[in-house]
Amino acid sequence: MVNTVNEKNMEMKRDRQKKIREKLMFGLFTLCMLAVVIPTLLIIGFIVVKGIGTVNWSFLTEMPRMGMKEGGIFPAIVGTLYLVLGTIIFSLPLGVGAAIYLTEYAKQGRLTRLIRIAVLNLAGVPSVVYGLFGLGLFVFFMGFGSSILAGSLTLACLILPIIITTSEEAIKSVPDSYREASLALGASKWETIARVVLPLAIPGIMTGGILGIGRAAGETAPILLTVAAFFIPRLPGSVFDQVMALPYHLYIVSTQVPGMPESIKYGTALVLLGVVGVFFAFATIIRLKFKQMSHLD
Amino acid sequence: MSVVQNMEAIIEVKNLDLYYGDFQALKKIDTSIEKNKVSALIGPSGCGKSTFLRTLNRMNDLISGVTTKGEVTFEGREIYDQDLDVVALRRKIGMVFQKPNPFPKSIYENVAYGPRRSGVKNKKDLDQIVEESLKEAALWEEVKDRLNKSALGLSGGQQQRLCIARALAMKPQVLLMDEPTSALDPIATNRIEDLITQLKEHYTIVIVTHSMHQAARISDKTAFFLMGELIEQGDTDKIFTTPRDQRTEDYVTGRFG
Amino acid sequence: MKGILLSILTIVKPRGESVSPRKKLENSSWNLTKSYKNRIREFLIEKIIFILGITALLIMGLIFVFLIQTGIRLFEDVSLGQFLFGREWYPNATNARFGILPMIVGSIMVTMGAILISVPIGIGSAIFIAEVAPPKTKTVFKLTIEFLSAIPSVVLGFLGIVVLSNWVRISFNLSSGFTVLTGSIVIALMALPTIISVADDAIRALPGEYREASYALGASKWETIKNVLLPAASSGIIAGVMLGVGRAIGETMAVMMVMGNAVQIPSTYLESGRTLTATIAAEMGDTVRNGTHYNALFAIGVVLLIMTSVINTISEWVLHRAQREGK
Repeated sequence: MVNTVNEKNMEMKRDRQKKIREKLMFGLFTLCMLAVVIPTLLIIGFIVVKGIGTVNWSFLTEMPRMGMKEGGIFPAIVGTLYLVLGTIIFSLPLGVGAAIYLTEYAKQGRLTRLIRIAVLNLAGVPSVVYGLFGLGLFVFFMGFGSSILAGSLTLACLILPIIITTSEEAIKSVPDSYREASLALGASKWETIARVVLPLAIPGIMTGGILGIGRAAGETAPILLTVAAFFIPRLPGSVFDQVMALPYHLYIVSTQVPGMPESIKYGTALVLLGVVGVFFAFATIIRLKFKQMSHLD
Repeated sequence: MSVVQNMEAIIEVKNLDLYYGDFQALKKIDTSIEKNKVSALIGPSGCGKSTFLRTLNRMNDLISGVTTKGEVTFEGREIYDQDLDVVALRRKIGMVFQKPNPFPKSIYENVAYGPRRSGVKNKKDLDQIVEESLKEAALWEEVKDRLNKSALGLSGGQQQRLCIARALAMKPQVLLMDEPTSALDPIATNRIEDLITQLKEHYTIVIVTHSMHQAARISDKTAFFLMGELIEQGDTDKIFTTPRDQRTEDYVTGRFG
Repeated sequence: MKGILLSILTIVKPRGESVSPRKKLENSSWNLTKSYKNRIREFLIEKIIFILGITALLIMGLIFVFLIQTGIRLFEDVSLGQFLFGREWYPNATNARFGILPMIVGSIMVTMGAILISVPIGIGSAIFIAEVAPPKTKTVFKLTIEFLSAIPSVVLGFLGIVVLSNWVRISFNLSSGFTVLTGSIVIALMALPTIISVADDAIRALPGEYREASYALGASKWETIKNVLLPAASSGIIAGVMLGVGRAIGETMAVMMVMGNAVQIPSTYLESGRTLTATIAAEMGDTVRNGTHYNALFAIGVVLLIMTSVINTISEWVLHRAQREGK
């Protein structure tokens, strides 16, 4: 009798220890998570708080003055927008086309496997290596010089794997029954892709595209070697011109110019973070909407 | 197998073998499909009836690793010829699938999809085609006021009739139906069956069905498939009342899986 | 040619008003033989898509070709041994030296530091997201992590300069806060999203039976995670860590901004150091095209490319194997 009670007590004690250990471990995991989330929020909060006082209409729309120590960052904003536009023009058709090939046309085989390996490897190539590549191929070999064209092409190569992977996912998620229905009605393979598959894959493709541009807008190393100018107080006249760009500008004002006022640095950082944040928000909203839609189906 | 060669045969199949990789899914099929009749293909699941249906408009082309041997002629034209235009063939031989699969577009756009791909651009022509096809599929009265609403808002039975209308819009010669009522409730099933009986006046219909009662109710001809072989075929009432093959009898009397 | 002309003629031919549009449709496709027009169209579209399909492969090939072709010219002036194992980097001196050992060590040190910080935190976070967090919290945290991965590295570098380096300087009582440690912390933050999301995927991809079987045996949630889930998801987690390593080695701007960039082999994490990536980014502007210095930077690019390719290939291979085992 006493024995069993004792055993029961022991068991309860063990159970309690188990519970406590579990609580401790889960607490530790929560701490890990917080160690990631809190710095992220602090980073955003810090830059917003420190930069918000600087960012006003004239900061966004004026040329830099006095060796960039006064005035605005208009040319850097415009430069980044041009680069982003150029990047998307080159990378979207290429990336979506490649995704169509991989999902709809490619047969299982060595070539397809090679392409997939290439896409995976491209995603891991360091951005500064893309810069070297752009410098060698677009700036010098093709003779575009340090220009918007060369920079956009380089960034397009950089985000190509993102676009291909997300477009592929989006195209694969279109049910085969729609393809069958279209083909059975006497639509050709291409008509089926263009009229049925792609329209349904657009939300996914857009999400990938926007995430890609967000990445392109924030990259510094590739444009450092292929397009970015230290200081040009005017807007570009053609695609063969150099431009200033936000990420490079932030690098310059925070490391290359002594005596740069803090306000300009934080203002530039906030604008850059804002641009990236807007792209990120768009992509997230589209993705969530799309998820809801597919739940309804 | 002695098949009565009918002058009215619209599709003729001779010695058809089909393989998925190494697996032979259809073995030496010989048959013909008669014009303006409803032909039912019956048999237990996995017997090859759907696969056979899909050889008739070459939908099996979409599956990699499928090879076919033998002859399939449509109106005297070999359809597995190198220079045959599959796209044109599928305009002549329409198909309705097991699960209703209207495009996530408007009702109007669903019906107009095929004609548009064939180059009909004129709005008036399209309107006429859409109306005629929906009437033919007995759906017009129900949807005429909401042609521009999404097809996904329709009930399952309506969606399936829309898919039929969509196929009819192309004015095909033959309509292939792959278990078109298996996903529907009894009332919706009835309406589709009625529709099929009306349609055979203008169209040749080949229907795969898992329901023997359905085959008995609506078809003129029945073919019984088992493990990739065409066991027996003939007039529907004969197949159901006086089958020659023991296996057919076992199946139609329900003694079979 | 005749076929094309004929098909053009049939299109141009005016249509009879009396025939119904469906009758016309019925008649239009009576010819079941492929027309030349369709054949050419199909052929062209297929070829164009094919070309788009192989661009990724083409770009990958071009990257290797351009980097190697330029980088290899360095070895007309410098031997491979001097390049890889030389400790002196004086690209602009009269007696120029191109030894990148300090940068190789710098890159490896900063990466190792970053991995030491980010792996425990990352795996802990992944377990939290996959197994512990309630759904709403999970969504919010995942979104935050995704945003972290979207923050440009130059922004993190900037914060590294204005905040982190001061903290490191004061905490460790140093004269300068631009150290390898500072770089490691920033890079850890950048590698975390990769590690977390890949590890989270790996844990969540495990079949539910694993958990059920373990609970049925009376194991607690933590015991199940420790004894069943983590071992089963280990390949996926390792792949995530490897991808994180790849990302850390290739990172450029942030390390360039916070590490001080002294060309030396750091003896501790509290000294300044320089990475391979930072060398390229910082010095390319000072080079003359096809000069030895220019070629040397391309050669560094080749070294980086080889390092990251090997790491990424291994991690993809591990991930691939993990997915196959999962099935």
